[in-house]
Amino acid sequence: MDGLFKENDRTDNYAKELNIKGEICPFTFVRSKLALEKIKPGEILRIIVDYEPAIRNVPRSMTDQGHKVLSINKINDTDYEIIVEKGGKK
Amino acid sequence: MEFTEEQIKRYARHIILPEVGGEGQEKLLSSKILLIGAGGLGAPCGYYLGAAGIGTLGIVDFDIVDLSNLQRQIWHGTKDVGRYKVDSAKDSIERINPDVKVITYKDKIDSANIKELIKDYDVIVDATDNFPARYLINDACHFMNKPLVYGSIFRFEGQVTVFLPDKGPCYRCLFSTPPPPGLVPSCQEAGVLGVLPGVIGAIQANEAIKITLGVGNTLNGRLLIYDALDMKFTEMKLRKDKCCPLCGENPNILDLIDYEEFCELYHHE
Repeated sequence: MDGLFKENDRTDNYAKELNIKGEICPFTFVRSKLALEKIKPGEILRIIVDYEPAIRNVPRSMTDQGHKVLSINKINDTDYEIIVEKGGKK
Repeated sequence: MEFTEEQIKRYARHIILPEVGGEGQEKLLSSKILLIGAGGLGAPCGYYLGAAGIGTLGIVDFDIVDLSNLQRQIWHGTKDVGRYKVDSAKDSIERINPDVKVITYKDKIDSANIKELIKDYDVIVDATDNFPARYLINDACHFMNKPLVYGSIFRFEGQVTVFLPDKGPCYRCLFSTPPPPGLVPSCQEAGVLGVLPGVIGAIQANEAIKITLGVGNTLNGRLLIYDALDMKFTEMKLRKDKCCPLCGENPNILDLIDYEEFCELYHHE
């Protein structure tokens, strides 16, 4: 990460962080899903987007596919974070 | 493996699917499928397999593109008349998807070469148009334990199924021996609606992809029959025949058989 979001970071232990600013749907979900495939069930992925519709589309698709959306936050004027826990057998 | 930027875009609609995902797409990209026949069934089937990103696609056909093929064999163009079908097919697939390694075989299949042709492939697709080839492919797939996706077309009717050795019936459970030469007219004599192989070949691609991914229910044990005139799909249950001469309890077919060609003019469909 480039440090831009440091002050907004919480203390959660993310298994992976994905910055896909500049990406639009459906590729926001495609890239998020590929990132989730690299972590284990129960681990957490932090996704950063700047495409506003993605904060609805990505969580909906994540939920549909059995993952848990923990939170969606606006972190500055342009960016949002989506925090997802990977579903499946731990 | 890591997808390239181009692959993420190219396969996005697959990756989104829960049944495929990045992991499934990787399976497709590392799979090897052999398509026997580059004609009416082979064209739609090969096109979709190529577009789906099957990593290695083998195509077998000894025939040359004829103007009369173009009514249904959609991956050959007018300019391809006179070229080998496999060369034309390779160009078509490479135009769609450079990820696919296309290996062409300008061979006529027989008992001497079929095992060598299929041995390195994970799934075999029978897109031929004649009985000697069907029995040869069925028997070879049984002996070498290869999943086989079968399709055939005739006038307005198509049939499609999947044979999984040891897990279901084989073609000989359905028809233990070929019909006598001359009894069944070939496509050339009988005609075929151009769209028909499009429907059946696309279903064959669908089944080959499902076998590769290990998802869904294949046509194993079911013969799907499509009537293009009445626009009806019907399904016949296929059972493993205990008396099957090939895969039954007391088989008497222990080696490959070269049946005589039924029609001197036959071409791969």
